Amino acid sequence: MQNLNETTKNIKVHEGKATPANCAAQGSGLSWALVDGVIELALHREPCNELGSAALEELEKFATAFRKMEGEAHALIIHSEMKGGFCAGADLRELYQRSQAMEKPEATKGVRDFLERIHRVLNLIDASPLTTIAAVHGVTFGGGFELALACDLIIADKMARFCFPELRLGLIPGFGGIPRLKRDLGNAVVRDLLLTGRSVNATKAQQIGLVSQVVGEGEALRAARATAAQLGKFDRATAAAAKKFIKPIPHEELRREIDLFCELFARPAVEAGLRKFVESTDAQPYLP
Amino acid sequence: MPTAEQTLDEILNLAATHFKVPREKLSPDEDFFKALGIDSLQTLDLLTKLENHFHVELPDYELQGVSDFRTLAGKIQARL
Repeated sequence: MQNLNETTKNIKVHEGKATPANCAAQGSGLSWALVDGVIELALHREPCNELGSAALEELEKFATAFRKMEGEAHALIIHSEMKGGFCAGADLRELYQRSQAMEKPEATKGVRDFLERIHRVLNLIDASPLTTIAAVHGVTFGGGFELALACDLIIADKMARFCFPELRLGLIPGFGGIPRLKRDLGNAVVRDLLLTGRSVNATKAQQIGLVSQVVGEGEALRAARATAAQLGKFDRATAAAAKKFIKPIPHEELRREIDLFCELFARPAVEAGLRKFVESTDAQPYLP
Repeated sequence: MPTAEQTLDEILNLAATHFKVPREKLSPDEDFFKALGIDSLQTLDLLTKLENHFHVELPDYELQGVSDFRTLAGKIQARL
């Protein structure tokens, strides 16, 4: 596997011509390429794109490259190459192990640092002048759901499921999910998903306005590419202005979400919840 | 509306097809985790398949502790 700092020689591309130099890279957990004005970010970390420190470092490298590529692109597609789904959320095992290895104040400080870093990446995607699309399938839980929510459009295959399972750990979503879902949908929807921890399928997600298109199994990326091709026909400055007008970034609530997450993280209930998840041999650990 | 037995039969057929297990090897009172050999992510797949097939919503927490096809069928039947 090539280092993310290197430009790949064998870029995986779909139909179309790859733009050369600095516009493609492949890492252990994600890769990207700019093709025909569309940046495709592919997630491929085993088992289901859990977001831990290694994933964050790669996302930050992508963010740096993304800023440089923005001028040459009109759309971003984020998708997963993992069979299980788009992303199962934060790497809870790493979170538990790291928090066990240090005193609580130090662990909480580490969590805050992690959250602030991932918020910077997601805020960049959220506010990008490009039109951004999450093409999702399977598990789109927790931090994975929050990554999708940073995008302008969610295109889901009919086997996708969305969930905020954090309350069972004694936590709330920490990657900006609550403010973004509240921005995009009604507060009642946020309360339903947040307070019950239940997961909803793509059809339900479309009914409540979360998902823009539901497509057949394995078709989300194809549909996202077709949508991105359509977006390329529009004047870029107009599209960017329209997005900026209609999609404010809820900075104040995002900051308060980090504060609340850290406040909750310091409680003993969280350690117990994390331990239960990490040590679980239950076939249904993803069920509340 | 299908009868409870019809719902159960449809679930067994759907599970056998989706997880490529011979239908005759699945019985109504069997533990479906063991019978299908599925993990947590595949369990969510099964839940989605069932919701899409029967056009119902099954909150995950209603499945807590449910492990046999017959009880699962009862949960679905209650929402048809």
